[in-house]
Amino acid sequence: MSNWTTICKETDLTPDTGLCALLDGEQVAVFYSKKTGELYAVSNFDPIGEANVLSRGIIGSIGEAVVVASPLYKQHFDLKTGACLEEPEHTLKVYPVRLEAGEVQLQPA
Amino acid sequence: MSKQRIVVVGNGMVGHKFIDNLLQDPKADQFDIVTFSEEPRLAYDRVQLSSYFSGATADDLMLTSEGYYRDNGVNFVLNEKVTELDTANNQVVTSSGRVESYDKLVLATGSFPFVPPIPGNDQEHCLVYRTIEDLEAISASAAQSKIGVVVGGGLLGLEAANALKAAGLETHVVEFAPRLMAVQLDEGGGKLLRRKIEELGVNVHTEKATKEIVAGENCRYRMNFADGSHLETDMILFSAGIRPQDELARQFGLEIGERGGIVVNDSCQTNVDNVYAIGECALWSGRIYGLVAPGYTMAKVAVSHITGGDEQFRGADMSTKLKLLGVDVASIGDAHGNTPGAQSYTYNDEIEQVYKRLIVSADGKKVVGAVLVGDVDAYGNLLQLMLNDMDLPGNPAGLILPAGDGEAAMGLGVDALPDTAQICSCYDVTKGMIKEAVASGCTDMGAIKGATKASTGCGGCAALTKQVLDAELSNLGYEVKNDICEHFAYSRKELADIVRVKKIKTFDELLDSHGKGLGCDVCKPAAASILASFWNEYVLEDNLVGLQDTNDVFLGNMQKDGTYSIVPRVAGGEITPDKLIVLGEVAKEYNLYTKITGGQRIDLFGAQLHELPVIWKKLVDAGFETGHAYGKSVRTVKSCVGSTWCRYGVDDSVGFAIEIEDRYKGLRSPHKLKFAVSGCTRECAEAQSKDVGVIATENGWNLYVCGNGGMRPRHADLLATDLDAETLIKYVDRFLMFYIRTADRLQRTSVWLENLEGGLAYLKDVVINDKLGLAAELEAEMEANIANYQCEWKTTVESPEKLKRFRHFINSDATDSNLAYVVEREQRRPAFKEERIAAVELAD
Ligand code: SRM
Ligand SMILES: Cc1cc2nc3c(=O)[nH]c(=O)nc-3n(C[C@H](O)[C@H](O)[C@H](O)COP(=O)(O)OP(=O)(O)OC[C@H]3O[C@@H](n4cnc5c(N)ncnc54)[C@H](O)[C@@H]3O)c2cc1C
Ligand code: SF4
Ligand code: FES
Repeated sequence: MSNWTTICKETDLTPDTGLCALLDGEQVAVFYSKKTGELYAVSNFDPIGEANVLSRGIIGSIGEAVVVASPLYKQHFDLKTGACLEEPEHTLKVYPVRLEAGEVQLQPA
Repeated sequence: MSKQRIVVVGNGMVGHKFIDNLLQDPKADQFDIVTFSEEPRLAYDRVQLSSYFSGATADDLMLTSEGYYRDNGVNFVLNEKVTELDTANNQVVTSSGRVESYDKLVLATGSFPFVPPIPGNDQEHCLVYRTIEDLEAISASAAQSKIGVVVGGGLLGLEAANALKAAGLETHVVEFAPRLMAVQLDEGGGKLLRRKIEELGVNVHTEKATKEIVAGENCRYRMNFADGSHLETDMILFSAGIRPQDELARQFGLEIGERGGIVVNDSCQTNVDNVYAIGECALWSGRIYGLVAPGYTMAKVAVSHITGGDEQFRGADMSTKLKLLGVDVASIGDAHGNTPGAQSYTYNDEIEQVYKRLIVSADGKKVVGAVLVGDVDAYGNLLQLMLNDMDLPGNPAGLILPAGDGEAAMGLGVDALPDTAQICSCYDVTKGMIKEAVASGCTDMGAIKGATKASTGCGGCAALTKQVLDAELSNLGYEVKNDICEHFAYSRKELADIVRVKKIKTFDELLDSHGKGLGCDVCKPAAASILASFWNEYVLEDNLVGLQDTNDVFLGNMQKDGTYSIVPRVAGGEITPDKLIVLGEVAKEYNLYTKITGGQRIDLFGAQLHELPVIWKKLVDAGFETGHAYGKSVRTVKSCVGSTWCRYGVDDSVGFAIEIEDRYKGLRSPHKLKFAVSGCTRECAEAQSKDVGVIATENGWNLYVCGNGGMRPRHADLLATDLDAETLIKYVDRFLMFYIRTADRLQRTSVWLENLEGGLAYLKDVVINDKLGLAAELEAEMEANIANYQCEWKTTVESPEKLKRFRHFINSDATDSNLAYVVEREQRRPAFKEERIAAVELAD
């Protein structure tokens, strides 16, 4: 089944930063890491700070995990699994994301 | 084998702890647990109850949840009081008539507030302070009151007074004894506490016995005292002590102490073998423990006994350290010196308002007690000396005397503590347990907290826990490292040197040559700050933007709901009426909450991402520049009006403040920098609390450095006197660049100086005498930085490419649907959680 939605162009991405996309009414934070060459997509809502801000966090690594740090209270979320490293009771939704013919595309989680 | 049925009466802090401990026990599956709570909810954190008044909700205070109980098969009934007890047939009966049999019964019924038998004490606005419902009643009553009285000047009474004061009431404390906190403090300590509390605006009346409460003339009530005096008030909060809730035990034949409390033995059993009592309702060896830690220990002991273990309750230490109305107070052991032959050392500083008394044994060798008011740093050391029965060091007075300039306060090395020393009393964590955690791989506080729970309760043991951790790390041969994070094995200072000397311009270059991994939210902003300090390029360049904290990315401070604040620079705090009008108009147009900041400028709160550029465009067009309120950078130069208008002003402090602010504006640094210029020694600009302070004299300007307000205030040090403006600027250039080169990440100038080897004398040598031969280089670096200054907002609003980032969605013009506001004092603010539903409805 192909239910990929294009959200922007590859050229809209700034390396090592995030942006927020609207997918069927859900807010999705999309990140691009230059070093890993990968795209990541998780829900934009920070369950701890309770605001839609994760796309505005700094990305990086902790050990092997690629993470985003919430800009509000700095907890780290694993971009691959959505797990919060400091407060494991919180997990983010993870969305399938890909680059297709110069376009960034998302699938519902 | 059928399971044993355990009935727990009362689901307060200790009852819950018992259940939780039993669930963690390897034999947990041999038990069925039923608990009854008279309150409408499961256990919550009574110790933190007062935080309800500063915004915590009932949910925030919960210690557990219905889901957790259900998942673990614990049966619970809320709003259900146990009213009968039949120990012959092993049954209890509840208020709704439910009969429950048990194999083991645990009474954890806590205590209730004692209300003195004063005629008139049962009126509508006469309240107590124990449960969430009590707090709701207090809030409701406070909203209809102007004056409030707390009866009882003990620990809880003062906490209650704080709540009334925070609610905006004129607050009085009425105490029967001659001093406050008579149980924990001696006369000297009580006296100083009273003075401090009175200075905070709380009225204290001691040696007052209330005779009756009658209708008032100007207020709702009038309290008539035995000595003929009286006090009018709108509400009364009784906090005159607690009484063990032993009603059930008393009525149905369990042994009760003379003054109340259910008698228990060392295994927490009552006189009936299969009935236990724990927490504040239990009387052990003639004592009731009104603190949570001993209750938790009792819970552990009871679980141990029921599961066949042999732990015993051996009493508990009642030492306490707390902040009451913002005043630090601590009491250890025998605070009154009642031990036969006890002698004491007293330190009483009326100027700084610090009182410390150390009570030692007759032979002068051991600590038996202490009282600390105003400065409780010595608490951890003294407590450990007492608890572990250690010998005092040679000069015991040194334990309570303030440290002289530069020398560290006298301490006992944590190495001297035995492994059995209890470090965290909330969670009963010993030094040995922390050492074990370190040995099994915990190397920072976060990991220690996770593994042992130490310092996750009241937090009072945090400093000591950290000391044990550090000592243990170095004992195990770890270098206690200054590495900035896992990606760089360098301190901030070393990274700054690398960037400067190797002329590195990007984070990727730095990471590839000196680091590993992808970087993180610690090293990226630190590197961004270093790069900006030396090269001062536009922070939103593609290769820099990903390094910045969100505040720097969007050039505004993120607020709790994800919107931003806008703080234009108002150099020296001087602003024309026309510019004020522009700010007012913009705020009005975008419905921004408007406030004068502590830094003499105006903050406009609540702008959404997409609004930032339009708003800033208007501001830039009107001649405003960014105020860098978001950056670790130069913030404001505060001024007083000075010789321009003031009859005492000896020089133009406003003019000089503006000159200084324009010179250093936007300078990025390890932490934020604040300046001030005062026009004379009256010091209305508070320059001596700033990183750089300037005060006009008859002969020029005095220069102060390394002051701090904030969490740990520090008076600035005088660096040089009677300077002309040019020399002063030169010194400030050198000082700032030297700090930027050498400070740690997020280290204010105050802490930096305290850690600088050689201290102030050395700093003078570098800045004034150019001892390192660096002066010219530091000045040149500053010149280069200044030459690269740009208003980041001006650059941004002029760059369509950069403006693309300022929208909530990349693929939609919609805005964040999660924002909700309520209007308060004629302006909007983000809705609190409990207001949200209503606010969203309102917005629709
Ligand atoms: C707006 C303001 C409060 C106000 O309404 O008056 C304020 C607001 C904040 N302060 Fe402040 N501080 C404000 C004046 C102060 C002052 C008073 C002063 O500057 O004269 C102090 C004490 C003086 C000092 O810094 O030495 C002050 C000491 C702090 C501290 C503690 C710093 C310390 O060294 O202990 C923090 C936390 C930090 O920086 O780590 C902080 C942090 C903050 C933050 C950034 C907290 C945050 O991360 O959200 C707040 C952001 C506000 C915003 O979104 O715009 N703020 N803050 C003041 C803005 C001044 C300005 O015009 O730029
Ligand atoms: C404002 C405040 C601040 C405090 N600050 C501190 C502090 O800083 N440090 C500290 O150590 N301690 C502090 N305490 C004391 C601490 O909260 C108590 O020591 C602790 O709560 C005792 O726990 P407990 O389970 O014995 O009693 P509680 O927590 O009172 O629990 C008893 C429960 O049993 C219920 N109950 C009673 N009888 C029955 C019955 N017959 N049937 C069913 N249910 C029944 C009660 O309704 C209650 O819910 C503070 C207390 C207050 C009120
Ligand atoms: S003191 Fe400063 S940081 Fe704290 S709430 Fe007030 S403005 Fe925010
Ligand atoms: S003593 Fe309270 S948290 Fe450790």
